[in-house]
Amino acid sequence: MALTTPAASAGAVVPEQVRRQLTGRRTDLAGRLFQGLLVAALAASVLILVVLVYDMVVTGSEPLTERLGDFLTGSLRSQPAESGIMQGLRGTFYIGVFTVVFAFPIGVAAAIYLEEYARQTRLTRFIDLSIRNLAGVPSVVYGILGLAIFVKALGGLTGPDAQGRSLISAGLTLAILVLPIVIMTAAEAVRAVPDSLREAGYGVGATRWEVIKDHVLPYAAPGILTGTVLALARALGEAAPLILVGAVTGFLSSGTSFSPITLDDRFTAMPIVITTWAGRPGADWEAATAAAIVVLLVVVLAANAVAILLRNHYEKKRG
Amino acid sequence: MTDLAPTSPRTLTVADFQGSPRRMRKERAIRLAFLGAALMSIVISVLIVGSLVGEAWTFISQVELASLWTDGWFPRRDMYDIKTIVVGSLIVTVVAMLVAVPLGLGAAVYLSEYAPSGVRKVLKPALEILAGIPSVVLGFFALTFISPEIVQRLRDEATQFNIAAAGIGVGILTIPLVASISEDAMRSVPRALREASYGLGARKITTTVRVVIPAAVSGLVAAFIVAVSRAIGETMVVFIAAGATGGALFSTDLFGPGQTMTAAIASQAAGTDQVRGAGLTFQSLFFVALLLFLMTLVLNILATRFVRRVRQVY
Repeated sequence: MALTTPAASAGAVVPEQVRRQLTGRRTDLAGRLFQGLLVAALAASVLILVVLVYDMVVTGSEPLTERLGDFLTGSLRSQPAESGIMQGLRGTFYIGVFTVVFAFPIGVAAAIYLEEYARQTRLTRFIDLSIRNLAGVPSVVYGILGLAIFVKALGGLTGPDAQGRSLISAGLTLAILVLPIVIMTAAEAVRAVPDSLREAGYGVGATRWEVIKDHVLPYAAPGILTGTVLALARALGEAAPLILVGAVTGFLSSGTSFSPITLDDRFTAMPIVITTWAGRPGADWEAATAAAIVVLLVVVLAANAVAILLRNHYEKKRG
Repeated sequence: MTDLAPTSPRTLTVADFQGSPRRMRKERAIRLAFLGAALMSIVISVLIVGSLVGEAWTFISQVELASLWTDGWFPRRDMYDIKTIVVGSLIVTVVAMLVAVPLGLGAAVYLSEYAPSGVRKVLKPALEILAGIPSVVLGFFALTFISPEIVQRLRDEATQFNIAAAGIGVGILTIPLVASISEDAMRSVPRALREASYGLGARKITTTVRVVIPAAVSGLVAAFIVAVSRAIGETMVVFIAAGATGGALFSTDLFGPGQTMTAAIASQAAGTDQVRGAGLTFQSLFFVALLLFLMTLVLNILATRFVRRVRQVY
């Protein structure tokens, strides 16, 4: 007790004194400034997102509030006040279906092969390299691929009446575009499955496929699902490949909003509708474009949000 | 006692451990199917290169070489000035990086080194949502907001369609990419390095700038390269906001319209509903696409190298 200085009675003063002595009584000005700049960078990035969404909602408020029903169910017209996005929504819906139907099974199978079966051979490394590089190929180049393969070479199969410029060509092109994303995220999910799970399966005599089917895939499912949803969101927002594959940028004569869909006919999609309308002059077209953007953002961002929440949920659960 | 001696002594052979042949056949079939799926990536790569090289070769062998170096890019008039669109792409990329690198890197440093976990939990998903915004949306935003509200305010003579607005739009698109790769790199720097720095009495800013950032520099370079690659390959923002549909004269003016490689491809295909035109228009698209493919390929290989270096060190 002899060591107790008078300051002890003052309580909280001591740590403050110690801190001041250690920092030499200076406030860390450079540090504060640096941190301020970092916060500003992050805030600016988030602010851009807020301004963008706000701007679109305000600009597109007329079609979204006054005539939302007509806007959603109407067809492409020459007058902004009569135009609707039904044909675009339908095209985008079917492109999403194509992506899931083709990219999901092939992507997951490829990921399983690379993570569960493949040994470190030259072939495996080459496959790995080609996936990485495909992921970085610009989307417009995939459009050229779609044009050369599905439209020109296979036009008779993908859409004889539309000279190949059909929904099938578009769907397959975008499925190929997102395939590397599906493979890479699925492979990551499969890699995260603990080895003890596999060893337990082999230990009781299961074959490799049985272990994959009953243990690896169920455990990796949330991660695979997240990757697929992200890939889907990417496919729904792509426009450049569709332009190359021949999406209709003017008016889509065939098919009113309620006629049945034909997959091998001419098509359009939401990003194409937005691109076309963005090029037309006048405030009315601007409002229609912004409204179409809000609809697309709701679809795409909802998909993204679901994927992010799903991932966070399972990350937390497994620590 | 006789029961103990088996009537026909039979030693276990390898066959007893092989399992049923049917089960093995199924295993082999499944393995083959999965291998087939994995080989798709090689098939697609080959198809891309094959379809590009064929038509690009037709273009190169038939085009008059003088028309590759003229005053502008007007494929329908047989003027294929490559430098117009390559320089256009480079200008857009530089503007985009001026936006994306400081914002993305700043956000990454804050999220990795400074942010309390609660703040991180909210802001990281926000950045990821920004990453999910389709490029057509940013193209329209660049045309109707960035161009009039930012670019034209800074510079009166800027036209409505201008390269600067398109570049800023592309930059916004690449912010999340820069941020997420940089953040990954900085978070993979071991805690011990930071603690050693603090132990020597370094301040937070010193630790961040002199220890963490140098340790993560490979990853930061990779983030930059990937962002450049993405910016060069970005199509729709430039297509909508830079406003050179038919063709473009050679120009380095930030505040006027311009053309990039990507937009040159898209604009030839759009509008007419058919990718045909005078002479070699169709083939010229493949040539430009091949050029684009090779540029991004080199950048991506470089980026992979740098990422691997981070992994090897820690």
